[in-house]
Amino acid sequence: MVAEKKIALVQEQNSMNIMDQTRGLNYEENLLWEKGHGDHPGVDLPTPKGMKSRTGLPVRDKVGLPQLSEPQVLRHFVRLSTKNYSIDHGFFPLGSCTMKHNPRLNEKIARLPGFGGIHPMQPESTVQGALRAMYELQEILGELTNLRGVCLTPAAGAHGELAGLMTIRRAHEMNGQGHRKIVLVPDSAHGTNPATAAMCGYALRVIPTKESGRVTVEAFKAALGDGKDVAGMMVTNPNTCGLFERDIIECADLLHKAGGYFYCDGANFNALVGKIRPGDFGVDVMHINLHKTFSTPHGGGGPGSGPICVNEKLRPYLPMPLVVKKPDDTYHLEDDGERTTTMGRLKGFQGQFGMHIRALTYILSHGADGLKQVSEDAVLNANYILSQLKEDFYVPFDGPCMHECLLTDKLQKDSGITTLDIAKTLIEHGMHPMTIFFPLVVSGAMLIEPTETESKETLDHFVTVMKSVASDVKAGDVEKFHGYPLSAPRRRLDETKAAREPVLRWKE
Amino acid sequence: MPDNLKYTQEHEWLKIEDGNVAVLGITPYAQDALGDLVFVELPEVGRKLTKGEHFAVVESVKTAAEVYTPVAGEVIAVNDNLSGDPELIKKSFEEGWIAKIKLENPSDLEGLMDRAAYDKFTSSLD
Repeated sequence: MVAEKKIALVQEQNSMNIMDQTRGLNYEENLLWEKGHGDHPGVDLPTPKGMKSRTGLPVRDKVGLPQLSEPQVLRHFVRLSTKNYSIDHGFFPLGSCTMKHNPRLNEKIARLPGFGGIHPMQPESTVQGALRAMYELQEILGELTNLRGVCLTPAAGAHGELAGLMTIRRAHEMNGQGHRKIVLVPDSAHGTNPATAAMCGYALRVIPTKESGRVTVEAFKAALGDGKDVAGMMVTNPNTCGLFERDIIECADLLHKAGGYFYCDGANFNALVGKIRPGDFGVDVMHINLHKTFSTPHGGGGPGSGPICVNEKLRPYLPMPLVVKKPDDTYHLEDDGERTTTMGRLKGFQGQFGMHIRALTYILSHGADGLKQVSEDAVLNANYILSQLKEDFYVPFDGPCMHECLLTDKLQKDSGITTLDIAKTLIEHGMHPMTIFFPLVVSGAMLIEPTETESKETLDHFVTVMKSVASDVKAGDVEKFHGYPLSAPRRRLDETKAAREPVLRWKE
Repeated sequence: MPDNLKYTQEHEWLKIEDGNVAVLGITPYAQDALGDLVFVELPEVGRKLTKGEHFAVVESVKTAAEVYTPVAGEVIAVNDNLSGDPELIKKSFEEGWIAKIKLENPSDLEGLMDRAAYDKFTSSLD
């Protein structure tokens, strides 16, 4: 009954005018345009009484911005920023996203005047240190992947995918294989994989993985056929079910024999970094998310950065520009036209330079042993959660898992509590929800990636909340879940209405 | 679910009208898996479809799913009411159809499941 009353209260509050809702320190922020309608002056000053314009023209036109003072505007944005949940607020176990802590040392180094104060159009001779830092990052990413040709310019993960697949397409075209039009993608892939293939003009052939959660040699062979029309495959390893693709070397061999290239989605590299090198399991090209594996800011606080790494077969076709080291030990940003085989330029200037510096700082401060421990601890943490929750939630594919674990709502669904309710319950407990309803190969997926940067206390808190959900559902105490979250700035949203009737701009 | 329909492993239902027209929709199992529907992308009338081709997209708050045709043929009608009210798909088999396809090869219908076989198929899933 208490829960029902609470829900009724929420509905009542949601229907109230939001402008009346500021209570105590819980501010309801209106838009600046809605605030700035008072008759007090802000950016437009009132014309002094009795003043005459000597030229006859108006002294100053109205600027047409909300009439607010500097502290009013500042407070508006500061209050809004407090409502934006981030990795700096708390636990953020978003699967396939690697929301790890961004060390502040990265920020300090990226702000050094020699890095933070330079301009991309400065003469090369004046930015040799910056170019050397980029070159060092290229070399290290080449070493970590054993894919020695590295282009740092792609501006995000999906952009790196596009760069990777365009590199493959260029290689086929240059080698008289432009007729290859099929790309193989498992059904557990990130949505960006098929989208990228389609953007490059390829048709998709799906490799089914529902049975075991992995790409098997049999399923791969069936999808490959004779392989004459296959340009390549796109596989994430470990995959989106948190599982290592055990048959990947055999699949890669078959693909190479048929003349295709193996693109690896690097979104899950945090499970492997420092331990194994993707070039050693048959990968020809891979993108790296600096904003995941290498701790540069992720999400709205980015920008992202998605360098690509290729082996010698694909190196000639990499996009421009690359940093090269000349015989006299100076560094040079290779420009368009210096390499005729390149697929061209995908990004202005040299990419997200500030992110290159942050990632390099992270790598150098960890060292080879530290990076190895990163992946070991990331995998350990995910398996800790899996082992704690495997009795309470359904585990579709047996563990151990890699850096993320996959659960579903199968044991709860019959009571009317679904993955969505469980995610909303996490918000009520001050945590960001896990990835939900993805991967699509299982029903009601919950994909949990704790990362190596979380303490055991944080993991235990998460486990306690999840266990309490499972035990409440078991005991039939389910009504409250439909109302969560109750203590967030916004309660349960009408997601259907938001998708059907989005209000994307302010109207008077 | 009516007994006189045909069903596919991709969770479409087909109703055969006049011997050579298939009316297509998605089954309650698919509707339940998708959740609240927000958008349906309909094919153009007159489009020629090959067997197995995807011809419509059903988008929900969780995901976007493609709808495949198990039969080859020409799209002779689409349910325009779905554009304004995607949830109509769930309302009934009469109102929730997506497209009508004029069969090119009536033999395409062979091998589709009847109600009993489809029920058995869905109970074997997850």
